[in-house]
Order: sequence, then structure tokens, then C-alpha cells
Amino acid sequence: MNTMKYLLTALLLSLSATPVLACETVQLSSLEISEAWSRASIGMARPSAFYVTIRNTGVKDDALAGIATPVSGKPMLHETVVKDGVASMPHATAIPVPADSTVQLEPGGYHGMLMGLTQVLKEGETFPLTLTFREAGDVTVPVAIRGMGAKDAGCVDKKD
Amino acid sequence: MRRRTLLVAGASGVGALAFTLGLGWWQSRDSLQTGSALMPLRIGKMSFTLTNHHGVTVSPSEWIGRPTIVFFGFTWCPDVCPTTLSDISLWLQDLGPDADRMNIFLVSVDPERDTPQVLADYLSNFDPRITGLTGSPAEIKRAADEFRATFEKVPREDDYTMDHTAGVFLFRANGRFGGIIDYHEDRRVALLKIQRLLMKAAS
Repeated sequence: MNTMKYLLTALLLSLSATPVLACETVQLSSLEISEAWSRASIGMARPSAFYVTIRNTGVKDDALAGIATPVSGKPMLHETVVKDGVASMPHATAIPVPADSTVQLEPGGYHGMLMGLTQVLKEGETFPLTLTFREAGDVTVPVAIRGMGAKDAGCVDKKD
Repeated sequence: MRRRTLLVAGASGVGALAFTLGLGWWQSRDSLQTGSALMPLRIGKMSFTLTNHHGVTVSPSEWIGRPTIVFFGFTWCPDVCPTTLSDISLWLQDLGPDADRMNIFLVSVDPERDTPQVLADYLSNFDPRITGLTGSPAEIKRAADEFRATFEKVPREDDYTMDHTAGVFLFRANGRFGGIIDYHEDRRVALLKIQRLLMKAAS
């Protein structure tokens, strides 16, 4: 745990010096993590959402089992489910990342819910977030804070 | 009671994942467009009174004469609501000045937290043609019932969230129900549906 905290702090410090890393792909064994983003918050009372793209280029199934970030006291994985026209957000214990596939946490589907914000999320800034995978372990990625009306990470070179 | 059943069904659908999501759109479309028992009332028959984000009292009879778009949501909602408001903002942007001839409302299903001032702050992040509405829990309930929309408070440890109807309701200028734009509906289809309302309004 201490190592992780140290890493988070180190990352946070390095981020403040070079803030434009959020669109870069981060590699963790056979997982490629990219397009991590969140929305700007009004104050700290409301939960924010976290989105990311995870590509598993390997032959082994994995699963995203949890997220942690210094900006949220209670980060959780959720899924937006629309059934009979009614939207609900059940908790997701883990998000499957099957071999040779790409999984997106995106608006209207799986997402991280960042409850208990410890700071205001300001558009244009970044924060570190650690993803915990069942097989591959932990990796910390920079998360781009986009405007409240944003619908994607805004990484121009990644969009089709 | 029906709302609770829906909620339980929604919560137990976690295991069905993507399939549930896919079915949800189609079911909502069918039930709301073909089941006449579940059709929203005509705007002229609606009887609720709410307060807009400028603090002004509004009643639906004032909406007749212009096409109307209504979405139920709440500002504490992290995923569906900002996404839908962003969708609506993009549609309005695409429609350009034509969209000035419409009424566009977000009705809060969380009046406990969404005061007019809170709605005003929140909506300043989206297209200024979207007006927020809130009011007493009884009037919000009346509005939802008349739209045949549902919402349910869902407790979470020290907090709560709201389940709510996610589609965007469309009404013609004469107040007749003009269909639903489903959550995740293709942007071009959504635009066509709104343009149809505007054409009817102009002719």
C-alpha cells in the first residue's frame, strides 16, 4: 500500500510538470490503457464519472476489479443499465476484459463513479488513477479532466 | 408499486449486461409508442406546476404553440444526465436557430437537492436553451405520472441516487406526444425526429 501511495504521489508530482500525458497509451503486460478521462465537477458534493479504454492484446482473460485515486474517497465501478426505458446504475464488482478484445468504460455503459471528491475537478487538469486488474495487477494512469458536456477523452488521434 | 418492480428488475439485470441494455432501448420504444395506456398525456391535459431555474413558476399550458422536448434527470447524476444534456446540446447546435422555436426542459427528479439555483449553476454548462424545472415532490410526481415517466430514490450508504426514465420526450407544437428519443439513439435519427416536430410546427 505504501508503495502505491508513493507511486501515486510521484506521478502526481510529475504530472504537474507535464500535464499533457492523458492521451498516451499506458502498457501493463498485455493490457493497453488509453483515453482515460473524467468530467469537470461543480464543487465536491456530486459524484463524477471516470471513463477509459482497455485493450487486452494477450491470450489470457483479465478483469478490472477496482479503481483508486486520491481525488475520490469512494471510487467504485458501476454500470448504467437502461431497462424498460429506466436508467439505473448498479455496482459492478468487476468488469471483464477478455483476451484479444477492447473494453470501454464510456458514457451510458460501464464507468467508474468517483464519490466523495477530495478536490474540485477542473477542466484541463489531470489526476492519477490506479486501475487494479485481477491478473495483470496495478497500473496508474493520468486522467484528463474534460468539460462537463464532454462525451469522450478528446484524443484527436484516437478517434475514428 | 410498478416503479418498485421496475427498479428490482433493473437491479437484477446486472448479470444480463449488454443484452439487458440492448433490450432496454427496444422495449422502451415499443411500450411508449404503441401501448396507448403508457402514452404521455397531451401537454394541454397536463396539470402540474413547477419552478424554472430562473425561479419563475411555469405550467405546461404555456408550452402550447411550440414543439417541446423534455428530459427527466438530476444534477447529482454522474453518467446518464450529463451525457443526455450534452447530446441535447449537440442536437440544438446542429439545428441552429430552428431550435430557438422550441421549449427544452430538464425536469429534476431530485427536488431535494436540485433547487432552482442548483439547476441554474448546473445548466450553465450546457446549451442555454435548456431550461431546468424543479418543484415540490408532489408536483414532480404529478409531472412524471403525466409523462408516464418513472423515478425512484435509491439509498446508498450515506447518500442516495435516483433511477429515472432515460428517454427524451418529444411533443408537437399542438401539445400532442411526438415520440421518444431513446438513450443511445443515433444522432442522425434523433435530429430527424426533432426536425419532424419543427416541420409540423411550421406548416
